[in-house]
Amino acid sequence: MVEIKVISGADAIAQAVKLCKPKVLPMYPITPSTLIPERISEFVNNGELNAEIIYVESEHSAASALFGIYATGVRSFTATASQGLAIMHEILPIISASRFPAVMAVANRALSGPLNIWNDHSDAMSERDQGWIQLYCETAQEAFDTTIMAYKIAETEKVSLPLMVCIDGFSLSHVYEPVQIEDAIKVDAFLPEYKPVVVLDPKRPVTFGPVAFPNTYFEFKEAEEKAMLEAAKVIEQVHAEFAKKFGRTYGNGLVELIEMKDAEYALITVGGTTGTAREVVTELRKKKKKVGVIRIKSMRPFPAEQLRAALKKVKTLGVIDRHASLGFGGALSNDVKSALQGQKIIVEEFVAGLGGRDISKSRLHDAFETIIKGKKGYWLK
Amino acid sequence: MVILGFEEKEFFASGHRACAGCGETIALRHVLKAAGEKIIVVQATGCMEVVSTPYPETSWEVPWIHCAFENAAAVASGVRAALNMKGDKETKVIAMGGDGATYDIGFGSLSGAFERGTNFLYVCTNNEAYMNTGIQRSGATPEYTSTTTTPDGKVIHGKVGVKKPLPFILAAHGTKYVATASVTNLFDLKKKVQKALSINGPTYIEVLVPCVPGWKIDASATLDVAKSAFDTNAFPLFEIENGVLTITSKPEARKPIHEYLVMQGRFKHLNPEQMERIQKGVDEHFAFLESIQGKKIFETLL
Repeated sequence: MVEIKVISGADAIAQAVKLCKPKVLPMYPITPSTLIPERISEFVNNGELNAEIIYVESEHSAASALFGIYATGVRSFTATASQGLAIMHEILPIISASRFPAVMAVANRALSGPLNIWNDHSDAMSERDQGWIQLYCETAQEAFDTTIMAYKIAETEKVSLPLMVCIDGFSLSHVYEPVQIEDAIKVDAFLPEYKPVVVLDPKRPVTFGPVAFPNTYFEFKEAEEKAMLEAAKVIEQVHAEFAKKFGRTYGNGLVELIEMKDAEYALITVGGTTGTAREVVTELRKKKKKVGVIRIKSMRPFPAEQLRAALKKVKTLGVIDRHASLGFGGALSNDVKSALQGQKIIVEEFVAGLGGRDISKSRLHDAFETIIKGKKGYWLK
Repeated sequence: MVILGFEEKEFFASGHRACAGCGETIALRHVLKAAGEKIIVVQATGCMEVVSTPYPETSWEVPWIHCAFENAAAVASGVRAALNMKGDKETKVIAMGGDGATYDIGFGSLSGAFERGTNFLYVCTNNEAYMNTGIQRSGATPEYTSTTTTPDGKVIHGKVGVKKPLPFILAAHGTKYVATASVTNLFDLKKKVQKALSINGPTYIEVLVPCVPGWKIDASATLDVAKSAFDTNAFPLFEIENGVLTITSKPEARKPIHEYLVMQGRFKHLNPEQMERIQKGVDEHFAFLESIQGKKIFETLL
């Protein structure tokens, strides 16, 4: 039965996870992702989800158990944020190199130093090189939809890579929005049962997690890179299929173009900032300014091709980065510049919203004004 | 076929890259023989993973998985839960790690898995230092031991501080079965492994495994040194079942610790005074074990 519920972004993910029927879930709470394990515990304890939760003693063990669960061949899920993701760091590339299609929600939160529980993207952006697909969401509905798509993308055999569903901590995880909860039968038809390729089984012993010397390690990474490039295509395909079945789209699944047909000046955003940017664009369009927004939904794989194609008429780009690569810009702006190498487009970087600092409409107006006037980007405090 | 009480069939193929005389591989081979085929092994990073799985080769003829150094118990928790949800209660899960993985870096995940009542056996192959990285001290290294990070210097002579009493710490978790074993008594090891695997819940066996380069002994002396550890009470064999401690075997006449220490290069710097102090510690510890034998020393909570 389809129903519309007014729920938070974190709850939307939990509701989607329930429909995807993971069998074992290792969970460790951390603000602002805590509502996800709480809600899933309710589902399990009320008999709404037939699963076992492993109440691990750290996120490191959550990631480790996730690894063991997938090696044994059942669908899983976990959620984390910030320090939790940082402590998982060691295990993230082991999961991806083992080609386990794990799905994890990340309620993006600033990394400590000093301690801060509010939103920015420094946690997930710091993990972008670990072989996980990263999809960022703007709304609670998108978080719900992306979680369902996530399993299908990750479990596509030629992809077989883990995936992070990223939502802005608090400003999406805790914000209540109407979310259409899809019918379980319809979700089942979209997302088939998980069929692992190889599993730990005494009837057919296999060795998982060997040591690879310099003569073989490289090929493991090469295979992951190929799978990541393949994932870009699969994300588009799965998104198209989802759109057909459920009637909602998020750009092409990788990138969303907002008023970009004739835009000469554009901002690039990730996650919830996009909502604010949409309003700013509407206001500037009323003043006949040729402005637009490009929202990167998939940070890995990075949609470089689609980005280049969207910039035919753009003179200057402003990148809103909620992460600082201290000493040299931010993850997003560096990737954008890299994707646009050889093109005559000016890219200005705006590090913004660190540690939950509000990215208000006026800040984004400032950013547009800066690039329209041909000035330099700056830390948009 | 059963030869000398053990399955003839090998589950850990020869041709691996362990040192000649490696105590750890002896323990591992016999743990596998005792456990049989219906198992999944989860291994912590260490010598055993490195010597047995140089991709694309493997020595493992049972399903085997390795993830990282400090998380074998957490990976095993995931494997166990997934097996449960698949309806497979028959397959046993055995996690294995050295003393570094078990006493130190993996202690948190080990404690967590025991607290949760995870149905698995954890086997610690204890060679009393970080041997894989080149013989550095661990929480299981005995006092005065010379390692590469606790060298016999002009001022400080070997390791300062004593071993962490890990079997007792795990028994204090309310564990139904905790035991120590040694490669010097493989029948005892077999019995303990089989007993542990028959119990529903977390169980722990620690096996003393002499390390040829780490202990600076001859490759032919592994079992002699392990035997001497038993004869001198340097490594007592006991089990704590449902909270009650039993010394499973003890030497007829305890030999002086000196005999054990002089066999090993890692103790060659010891002076008579230090040896005496070690002797006193060993005797006190054994007397303590005897004093609590047969008593319920821990509640069994799980």
